[in-house]
Formats: sequence, structure tokens, C-alpha cells
Amino acid sequence: MKSPVADATEATVNGVQTPLIELRNVSKSFGGVVALQGVDFSVNPGEIHGLVGENGAGKSTLMKIIAGVHTGYEGEMRVEGRLVQFRSARDAIAAGIGMVHQELSVVPDLSVAENVFLGVQPVKAGGIIDWAGMKAQARTLIASLGLDLDPNTRVGSLPVGVQQLIELSRVLFSGARTIILDEPTSALSPPEVARLFVALRKLRAEGRGLIFISHFLDDVLEISDRITVFRNSRRVATELRANLDKDKIIGHMIGRGSAEMHMGETAVLNARQDEPPLLAARDISDGRSLNGVSVELKRGEITGMYGFMGSGLIEFARALFGRHAFSRGSITLEGKPAHFRSTAAARRAGLAFVPENRSMMLFRTEPVYKNVSIAMLDRIHKLLVKPQEEREVAKHHIKDLQIRPPLTDIPLGSLSGGNQQKVALAKWLTNMPKILILSEPTRGMDVGAKEDVIRIIKTLRDKGVSILVLSTEPETILTLADKIYVVKRGAVVSELSSGTVTKSDLLAAA
Amino acid sequence: MSSAPIADRSFNPKGFFADKLRTIAPLLTLVALVIFFSSTTTTFATMDNAVNIIRQMSITGIIAVGLTFVILTAEIDLSVAAVANAVGITVAYFTIQPDYVNINNIPLNGWIAIILTLLSALAFGLVTAFGMTKIGIPSFIMTLAIMQIANGVSALLVRGQIAYQYPDLITTLGSKTAFQIPLGVDAAGKALFIPVGWTIIVCLIFFIVGHFVLTYTRFGRYVYMVGGNREAAEYSGVNVKLIIAAVMVISALCSGIAGMLGVAYFGSAQQNQFDTYLLDAIAAVVVGGTSLFGGKGGIGNTIIGLLVLGVVNNGLDHIQMDSFQKILIRGLILLAALVINVYVEKFRERA
Repeated sequence: MKSPVADATEATVNGVQTPLIELRNVSKSFGGVVALQGVDFSVNPGEIHGLVGENGAGKSTLMKIIAGVHTGYEGEMRVEGRLVQFRSARDAIAAGIGMVHQELSVVPDLSVAENVFLGVQPVKAGGIIDWAGMKAQARTLIASLGLDLDPNTRVGSLPVGVQQLIELSRVLFSGARTIILDEPTSALSPPEVARLFVALRKLRAEGRGLIFISHFLDDVLEISDRITVFRNSRRVATELRANLDKDKIIGHMIGRGSAEMHMGETAVLNARQDEPPLLAARDISDGRSLNGVSVELKRGEITGMYGFMGSGLIEFARALFGRHAFSRGSITLEGKPAHFRSTAAARRAGLAFVPENRSMMLFRTEPVYKNVSIAMLDRIHKLLVKPQEEREVAKHHIKDLQIRPPLTDIPLGSLSGGNQQKVALAKWLTNMPKILILSEPTRGMDVGAKEDVIRIIKTLRDKGVSILVLSTEPETILTLADKIYVVKRGAVVSELSSGTVTKSDLLAAA
Repeated sequence: MSSAPIADRSFNPKGFFADKLRTIAPLLTLVALVIFFSSTTTTFATMDNAVNIIRQMSITGIIAVGLTFVILTAEIDLSVAAVANAVGITVAYFTIQPDYVNINNIPLNGWIAIILTLLSALAFGLVTAFGMTKIGIPSFIMTLAIMQIANGVSALLVRGQIAYQYPDLITTLGSKTAFQIPLGVDAAGKALFIPVGWTIIVCLIFFIVGHFVLTYTRFGRYVYMVGGNREAAEYSGVNVKLIIAAVMVISALCSGIAGMLGVAYFGSAQQNQFDTYLLDAIAAVVVGGTSLFGGKGGIGNTIIGLLVLGVVNNGLDHIQMDSFQKILIRGLILLAALVINVYVEKFRERA
């Protein structure tokens, strides 16, 4: 099957050779939902192959198939010419495939040497660990990545970039000839990125194959020899680096030129210029994920914050709601300094928060009405609970938000995901908050529920609530926001408050 | 399970049943034990013995009420028995003792003694709460330390001696009879009564107040919600630390009051006399069906658990058997009840 896409699948960098990894016509679906459809993909020795695409485009499914995590799929995979069918991640490692995850798996309290040899410490006769040999080997391995480090150093005391190289050297030690790097630059500072690239080029020169997955298109363009773009579970392009630039990649990612214009492809922003801000956060930093984030929220306005996973959005939302400590910066609410020591204090000041993960917010085994009333019990009753009043309030919201089934007393866990999300919203709506912070309000929802939630949010805005929407989905931000902040590596890199903004603008800025 | 077609999809009969099972399972255990002991012995199933079982469990019951609050928030309090002991000794320490008691104590007016003693119980609770919520020590370790500290306080106050006197109110509530249940007359024409001690009355009051607070007050709702999903409670703007601190203080106060009544009930105040109460109280709460993972259960469950434990402890004394075997058998019965509890939990998760 030949896909009608721009194609450099057969192209190799160093002439004709057997690819390290070769997938042909691979498809995978989860319970009827297609995650990958007819994908061809290859990595050659001495090649860095960049892999880009929006969240849910199929990148991670593909990587998990290569790394032996997903075992049931259609199509075939060859490793160095041999047809393989991995039964587990262990098989993949044995076949010379290593992976460095976005969430590092180093053990902070162990030394560098112990981390490099985690689980496979070299032993002398009698099962005694060969410490001297281990340290010497660790030093050599790390040095090969361009690091001069005492193997006795505690890993937790090292910067993230160095920790990542230690994890990389562990993967190398396991004998990996193909290495998958998932978002390796998302937590790194520019000099750390540069150092990582030096190490990656060394590995390329040794003839290893690298798969470089990233949202950061500049990084992908800098390091890759070939780039593959995914969209909607399909591979839409594989091209040599020389034939691509950022605009072309974004074009492939969002399918520019295709007749279908989806909801939230563009937005016309119209932020209020005159009014003073209701809440202003200045220079919020925590020394790790946040490097000086400043935003202003206004009454009756939806502020969007867009960024990739790991950009600091999640931490920033929590910092505002008194759940994440920050070391520098200040928050002012209605002109007065506000520093919430607890979520209870934030709630009393008029803030409301719906986290990105519903299980963080809801009580699965409790009835719907208790889930709705929890955030306002102190307004309904001083001392004694009045379940009947709680049910009345819940009924009102169930009707208003069209929660299905419309029952107050069934356990929350029996509702569908979209309806659970509505309950999570409902709990803040009885006594209107001044500021509503929504992290990923539409993630994982079907279209109908998504539209409902968007309608609810806009209604709240029109009632005067100041809303902050944080999302990694550009559509959500473009559909909702009156003003957009683009966040990258813990800092605001772009502020958009007027004019037409497109999805490519957001992707290009982040 | 039958799977009859249900018109309303939202009603989940399996889930409903599973939730009730939490209470039904220990209740069936209780019924089975009562039938077993009634049929194997002649002395067990008497009115006299029934009141006896309740009296034996009443001090444990007061401790278990406080512990129910703690376990509902998915914390644990291992210091309950030690705090009861220390507080019981404290109230004796503030009371004039007979000449032969060689304790260098500070006798005070009865009411002042009781108030100071209650404050000492409060202090134990506040220290535990501070350690857990401000410093961040897990309850398991924090209350283990408090257990040792309370035992240390007990040791220092009595220095190996035994005290016998308490304020009048404590003596009354701990050891006197509140009223008698008339049982008619025996063959000789003598009127028969069953004495009901004040400890039973006090324990009942604790049950009622505890149940009321947990079921009908805002605080009680928060206790369940914090135990059900602590993170969600936090994100709903509930002051989780305050709730945790409050349940630890409640537990210490319940233990303290149980300790005061306990020394009067025993007739003496000395070291290590509450040692078996820790296990009994925890077992009563958990055997009754309150989830160790928090959020599910209540005083009703605790009462059933106390009765199961009381029946086991008492019933084994009525059976002709090696008393050394009884300890082992008691452990096995508790284990069986806990296994049932865990299976109910799993069943409920699936439903």
C-alpha cells in the first residue's frame, strides 16, 4: 500500500543499507478507536529521525510498538532486517532498542555509577558488587557523552540535563543500537540542549539510529536528518531535513489546504484593554518548572494559556490555587497582595480550580449531589448538613448543564467522562467564583460533551467570571480565549491580545 | 449475583448491594458467632452475659469512636491505648491517694483535676496533630512516637506504684451502676436485677454524638470526603490539614475520657493496664467494616465490630478449652473478619 503523501521513506542518508528499524503498514486500534493506520517508518544506522505531530496524532503509539510496550498490532516490524514480534519491553531491549522517557527514571538518591548500572550491577565472585569496576566503567560511559563527572555524585544534586545524559548512558550500556528519545529537550535550558545535541551527534557518528520525538520544531529541525510528521493516526510526510522548514512542518501537522476547517483553527482575539486586572501574577518562579510567569486576568474575560506538556502550565495553575509553592514572584487579587497558603484560602478568596485529571477532583463512590456540594458546604449550612437542599442545588445544575442521567443520588463513578467533567464544573457554579481556573477542560471528551463544556464556560464569562484556561490543545485555547499567553519552558514567550490568531501561530510560538 | 434486566441503566444493583455488604458481612459474622457460642455452651446466651459483654466493651467503645473518625480519613492512631493509660493515671495523680500509696502527687479539687486531665488529653492530640500537619510526619510513625511518650508519662507519674482514688465524678461514671433492669423473681422469691453501669451509658452517648457528628454535620461530611479522595477534597478547597488535625484531637480526647473511666472501672491506675485496648479498638473499627483506606463506614459499623470482638472475647471464656489456644483462635477469627473486609472492598471496587 502506497500512501499518497510526500515521501522520503526509502531515502537513506548513507546510501543503501539495512535499516535498524523498519515498520511496514503498521496499524493499531484500542477498542475500536484507531490509533495508528497503515504506517511505514524506518530508522537507519547513523541517522537521527525526527518525529513530530500533535497530541494524539499517533507518535507515542508508534514508539510503544517499537519499544515492545504495545504487543498486538497489524503489519510487520523488522529489526536489522529480521522480522520480529516483541512480546514485552524486555524483548525490545534485548533486540537493541532503548528508550529515554520524558519523565526520567533515574533514582535521585543513588550515585551516578549506581544509576548507570541500575539493576545490572557488575559483580565479582560470590555476588559481591564490583564497585571499582562499576565506577570506572560509568566514568568512561559518561565521558563518551562529553560529561566529566565524579561517578560518586548523588544524581539528585545534578541538573536535569545531566540526569538525562545519565539515563541515556544507562540505555547505551544496555547495548541499544536504536534509541528513542521522547521529548528530550522539554525540560532543558538552551545550553543543556546544546550539550545534549553534542552527545546525540556522537552517537550518530558511532552508527546508532536515533528517534527524536519532540514538540519543539526548532530542536527537531536542528538535530534531525529526516523528519516524519503524524496527523490523525497517519503518517502524512517523511522528508529529508533539507526539504523542510518550520512552516512546512506545521502545514503537514495541521493539514493546511485540506477542505475541512475544524473548530478552533483560528480565533479573532479581542481582549479588554482598559480595565485593571482582577488578578495579576508577576514573575512566578519555583526554581524548577516555572521561570518567571506573569499573567493578568480580567473580569468577564477568558484568558488562555497554551504550551506543550512539561511547559509549566500544570504547576502554574496550582501555584495560583495555593497548591504549588513558588519561591519568587507575587500574586495580586483586586489590587491587593494575595498569597494563598492552602486551597481553602484560595477558595475563600473567590478562586475555583478544576484540575486536568477528573480523578483528582471527584469522589467516585459518592453520590452526584455530594460531589456538587463539597465546595460550597459552608455556604449552604453552618453546622448541620441539609442533604435535601444539596439535592435541590444539584438538580438545578444537572438541568442547567444537561448532566446525564439526571439523577442526584447515583455514585459519580457511574457517569460518563464528559458528564463527570460537568459535575466537576458544577461544584463551583452555585456561588459564582471570581476566578475560575480550568486545566485541560476538554481533554478526552467526545465532541458533544466538548461543545457543552465550551458553552458553559462562555456563559460564565458572560456572567462576569474571570476564567483562565490552560491547555496543550490549541483548538481548545483558540475556541475559548479572548487573550492568549504562550508558555514555553516555564516562561511566557508570547502574549496575543488582538487580531487573528491561527493554530500555526500558536505552534510556531511554543 | 443475579443479573435481572434493569430498565434504568443508571441504577447499579450490584454496586448498591456491595455497599451494603460492608455492613452486612460483619453483621453475619456476629450472628454466626452468637449462634455458635449459644449452641455450644449453656452459659453464653443469658441476659446477664449480654449486659456483661456490653460492659466489657464499653471502655473500648469510647476509644473506638475517636478511632473511627481517624480511620475514616485514612489515617491511623496507634497511641490510643497509651494516651488512655497516661490520662487515666493523670486524673489519679491529681487526686488525694491513701497513705499507703507512695506517689509524690498533686491533689486538687475534683473538678479542677478533671479539667486539667482533659487538657492533658487535648495536649496529646494537639502534639500529634502538629506533628502530622505542620511537620508532615505520617500518622503511623507520629502516633507510634506519641504512644511511647504517653507510656513514658505514665511511668514517670506513678513510678511503678498503683493509685486507687479518683475524683468522685470519675469514680461514679467508671465503676457505679446507673440503673437496674428488673428480671422478675427467682425461685426463692428474691427480686432479680441486671445492673447497668454508667460506662455503658457514657459509651452510648459517645456512639450517638459520634454518629450524629459524622452523619449530620458539615465537619462529618468533610471527614468522609477527605478519606474518600484527599486530593479531590483539597482541590475542592477543603482545608484537609485542619480536618486531619481535628480527628487526631478527637481521637486523643476520646482515648483520654476512656482512660479516666477505665482506671475507675479497673479500680486501680497503673502502667500498662490498657495494653490490649489498642488492638481491640483498631480491630473493632476495621472488623465492623470501616475501610482502612478511608471514606467508608461509620459508628454503626464500629458498634457491630465491637460486638463481634466482645462476643469472641467473652464467648471463648465460656468454652472448655486450653486457655493458651484461645489467644491463637482469637487472632484467627480477627484475621478471617479482616479478610472478609478486604474482599468486600475489592468486590465494591469492581461493582
